[in-house]
Amino acid sequence: MSKHHVSTTVNGDAVEFLCETDQTLLDCLRDELDLTGSKEGCSSGDCGACSVMLDGRLVCSCLVLGVEANGKKVETIEGMAQGSKLHPLQQKFLEHAALQCGICTPGVLIAAKSLLEKNNNPTETEVRYYLAGNLCRCTGYDKIIRAVMDTAADMRKGA
Amino acid sequence: MQERVKSPKYDVVGTRPIRPDGADKVTGRAKYGADHKIAGQLTGKVLRSPYPHARIKSIDISKALALTGVKAIVTRDDFPDQGTEFVPAGEMLINYRDVVRNVMAREKVLYEGHPVAAVAATSESIARAALKLIKVDYEILPHVIDVLEAMKPDAPIVEDGMITAGVTPPPTKPSNVAKRVEFGMGDIEKGFKEADLIIEREFNTQPVHQGYIEPHACVASVSEDGTAELWTTTQGHWIARAHCARLLGWDMTKLRVTSSEIGGGFGGKTVVYMEPLALALAMKTRRAVKMVMSREDVMRASGPTSGANIWVKIGVKKDGRIVAGEAILKYQAGCFQGSPVQPGCMCAYAPYDIENVKVVGFDVLSNRPKVAAYRAPGAPISEYAVESVIDEIAQKLGLCPIEMRLKNAAKEGTKAAYGPKFGPVGLIECLEAAKDSPHWKAPLAKNQGRGVAAGFWFNIGGETTVNLQLNEDGTLTLMAGTPDIGGLRASLAMMAAEELKMDYHKVRPIIADTSSLGYNFVTGGSRSTFSGGLATVDAARSIIKQACGRAAKLWEIPEDAVMWEDGQIRPAGENAGKHAAMTLTDIAKIAGKTGGPIVGVGAIQAQGAAPSFGVHIADTEVDPETGKLTITRYTAIQDAGTAIHPAYVEGQFQGGAVQGIGWALNEEYVYGADGKLQNTGFLDYRMPVASDLPMIDTIIVEVPNPRHPYGVRGIGETPIIPPMAAIASAAARATGVRLFELPMSPPKVLKAMKAAKGK
Repeated sequence: MSKHHVSTTVNGDAVEFLCETDQTLLDCLRDELDLTGSKEGCSSGDCGACSVMLDGRLVCSCLVLGVEANGKKVETIEGMAQGSKLHPLQQKFLEHAALQCGICTPGVLIAAKSLLEKNNNPTETEVRYYLAGNLCRCTGYDKIIRAVMDTAADMRKGA
Repeated sequence: MQERVKSPKYDVVGTRPIRPDGADKVTGRAKYGADHKIAGQLTGKVLRSPYPHARIKSIDISKALALTGVKAIVTRDDFPDQGTEFVPAGEMLINYRDVVRNVMAREKVLYEGHPVAAVAATSESIARAALKLIKVDYEILPHVIDVLEAMKPDAPIVEDGMITAGVTPPPTKPSNVAKRVEFGMGDIEKGFKEADLIIEREFNTQPVHQGYIEPHACVASVSEDGTAELWTTTQGHWIARAHCARLLGWDMTKLRVTSSEIGGGFGGKTVVYMEPLALALAMKTRRAVKMVMSREDVMRASGPTSGANIWVKIGVKKDGRIVAGEAILKYQAGCFQGSPVQPGCMCAYAPYDIENVKVVGFDVLSNRPKVAAYRAPGAPISEYAVESVIDEIAQKLGLCPIEMRLKNAAKEGTKAAYGPKFGPVGLIECLEAAKDSPHWKAPLAKNQGRGVAAGFWFNIGGETTVNLQLNEDGTLTLMAGTPDIGGLRASLAMMAAEELKMDYHKVRPIIADTSSLGYNFVTGGSRSTFSGGLATVDAARSIIKQACGRAAKLWEIPEDAVMWEDGQIRPAGENAGKHAAMTLTDIAKIAGKTGGPIVGVGAIQAQGAAPSFGVHIADTEVDPETGKLTITRYTAIQDAGTAIHPAYVEGQFQGGAVQGIGWALNEEYVYGADGKLQNTGFLDYRMPVASDLPMIDTIIVEVPNPRHPYGVRGIGETPIIPPMAAIASAAARATGVRLFELPMSPPKVLKAMKAAKGK
């Protein structure tokens, strides 16, 4: 059985890889492209640690096949900072101590970024529901929610 | 709301700098267990038992081994048997006889998911195909899952010939009860005779999983000369080395273990599962072997904590003084002995000054995965039951539950029922802070109730090594060996910076591997900031001493004529003012000319760990139509001793509280009549998500531990103890009916409410 050839864009770069039919986008990112920032916590779409953007849509990359990325744009945690400048969400997560072990952090950041791009003035409840697909076992979410709300406040100020 | 009851008195300690490993963890750079790769690595997969209890008659690997791409297979025959020897792993003991049987089944499979064989192949799909070709001939045996069923005389015996320890005379018949333990003091009968009110209740709790988001993962490689490297996600890589070396019969020095970044552990990564298998496969093939557990395997075959049956009887005077406390705890150990029933017994009444206490515990085997440590192992279960009865008593007597606890609270000098006398402890301060909190005074809405509960955990010290090297430019590299599970690097760097009067950003901490640093016991027992802090301070003081020695040499004056003050090295006494003061940076630059590198080592058996008490307040609202309980407000109050990095202390309070909320409301292992686990994914094993919760308010109380230079107590474990009773008590007030089992899921709450209505 021969592998599939996939041409896609990852974090703005044109990339190509070969994958098996049943290989998930998560596995392709991690194993074929060595982008291990997206994590596998469950492989069933329940934990959100593998969250990426696919053509501007927030998805669990464990529920997408690698071949489905053909011709599409993938954005992962590795593309979130610009050069030495962290994304405001990344910076706020550090300032608020919004991570402990950090395994869920890439997925949470991708999801939070997706939220703020749609709505830069979310209520606490809206943040909580938008991030309900991202499990965090360490923090109890409190500092995550605060970091996202604080980033949104800065964004509204044009910071 | 985040509050601290004390103002900081240090320059660095008590501030909230950004953690040194932060940037790597928000950018995806940090390498966790499954993120490591070695060129040419093989994929390892485990064949697991489909039965909860069966004798293995034979294992035929010949067909699987013949499959193209399969490089090696290991079974029970690849691991020499081990005798009974108990060694510490976290706060629990493990027996090597059982460890070898847990990583690979021997005579019998003892739970669904028990490893039977492991394959290394050139691809995942080949490894999977190979597993299907392994033929295991099982003789299926009757199984037992429930703890009370397992204690019955006619129950299937999990471990052949097991005779209960701790009973005189020893029983003549084997049973599933591995051990009976008893703690207490005073005269329990006399105590109950003095009581004006006695309440006794029976409780049941279900096993819950630590729920770390990162599954177990490791990469092993063995060189042609027999030296080996292991990369693994673990709470203790020295412990992992010890276990693997023992199971494989290797010299420890041949095995170098590196701990990856760890994606959560909570006690569950203090043991080994796949590591010895990966090393054995790498040994056979001399190729690197990578093994990663699926979520299903994590749930089925890595340690949850015990489910339990608990009986509690408490006697009080009319004014709320507790005169007698009794309990019987029956804890599930899983398929091998070693539940945390002993700490459960010791903690049950520890928050209170009670004259007459008797607690009996039973360690009970059943056909479940062997339990592993989970945050304050054993304590949340027993304290949930005791705190629930105390709340019920307060309700019956019309007392404020905080006042009732204040009346009985342990303080400095109180003799705990498990033995020692407490030093300075902060339970009273926590209770007072709870009483004064805005939360406690806030009004409640319809269908809402408020509960409060206390928690106690010992905390431990243990063997710890920290190495500080003063670099040529005056910066500092700190090597620690306890995996950083949530802010340790920051805390240790802060204490080093405080001690050496340095800029925090000039201290760079790393977690060193087992061949680069002296021994370190696990990150567990809330010990890593406490013990690592002690070792860091030792190492820093050694650096100061060496630096003063170098200055003495340079100035040609005796060493004791040099002093360290405000971050500077100065000539003292009659030499004062004769030489310009020097900084550590000045000394670092001339280290080579004055005697060579300056390295400080703190290698200690950390003593003086002090317990941490906590008090939580929970508000719940019940939906009368569905029975669903929602947490509407929550405050966690705890004595931290001293909060080195308050944000990470708050994080521990919040995270522990929310794990407790999951334990109280949703989480449980569900087994079918076939002895198989039915909820092996996050969809059905429902841990709290962001939309389930309110903000978790915190109040940090600081009653310093006199046995630590900065007053540190451990703080990581206590926060998971109070939530279950606080929520059960809140629910009792919200619904008008009290539940005696966990989780308090909607069907149970609804049933209890309907039953109460029907009365």
